[in-house]
Amino acid sequence: MAKHWWKALAVLILTYTIIAGFTHKIPIIGTNGQSSRGLYFHVPMWVCMYTMFTISVINSLRYLSGYDLRKDALASAAGGVGVFYGVLGFATGTLWATYTWGSTFTSDPKQMLTAVALLIYMAYLVLRMSISDIDKRARISAVFNIFAFALLIPLTYIIPRMVDSLHPGSASTPGFASKDTDNNMKMVLYPAFIGWTLLSVWIFTLVVRYKKLELKNIFK
Amino acid sequence: MINKAFSFCCTCVLLLLSLLANAQQQNTEKGPVNEFFRSNDKIYVIVGVLLIIFAGIIIFLISLERKISRLERRDHQERQ
Repeated sequence: MAKHWWKALAVLILTYTIIAGFTHKIPIIGTNGQSSRGLYFHVPMWVCMYTMFTISVINSLRYLSGYDLRKDALASAAGGVGVFYGVLGFATGTLWATYTWGSTFTSDPKQMLTAVALLIYMAYLVLRMSISDIDKRARISAVFNIFAFALLIPLTYIIPRMVDSLHPGSASTPGFASKDTDNNMKMVLYPAFIGWTLLSVWIFTLVVRYKKLELKNIFK
Repeated sequence: MINKAFSFCCTCVLLLLSLLANAQQQNTEKGPVNEFFRSNDKIYVIVGVLLIIFAGIIIFLISLERKISRLERRDHQERQ
């Protein structure tokens, strides 16, 4: 049981996030109303996605440096879980935008470019499925994965930060500065980041173990 | 066999639940628990809903973890 402590920690933190996130006092600002509480659930999805895509690209690089197929299994598992969290983040974001920005799909740069980045990563998963030779699949998708990660950061972080956007974290509304998030909300937001990330790592380890069992004849 | 018995039990329980839904009455009971869930515009009901969903996901993940561990152990024994 000793190695499972971090999973219990994730459950504890997330239980706290759900209870405190819905019941503690938050400042009511502008059109957001109570929907600011979405901060504890929408933003951590992206933190999970970045974590997974980082794990994915690191393992793609490790695969290319030694051609060990186990690293490719790690990279593909992280890519799949990352897309899963990205889709969740995008879906929660569009729902939120419908009632605060006034429209589900706006010409907002962050929303549009995030959709582009997600499509690139979905192409990574499709590319993997389209090549039946295991070694060829691992090499081509590892290279693609590095390009995808090189695009992910400018598309979802740098460009939205340089232009005006409705989304917090743009040129006109910088996010994560010391003054712009209510201290009371940080008490839930930061544990939420940790809790959701631990949960995503848990799901990732399960997918990896499943993939290694599936390919056990190759890994002998 | 176990699966068939399990699905039969589930069907029975669900049918019974639908009977309960027919005989619905408004819950007007008092008491500390009911008062708590009705306070603050019933937000605690939704907190409860999310906790149930979260508990379900965690139970599912734990059962998945145990199944994979069992397969790994079997695989480990086969190799020896």
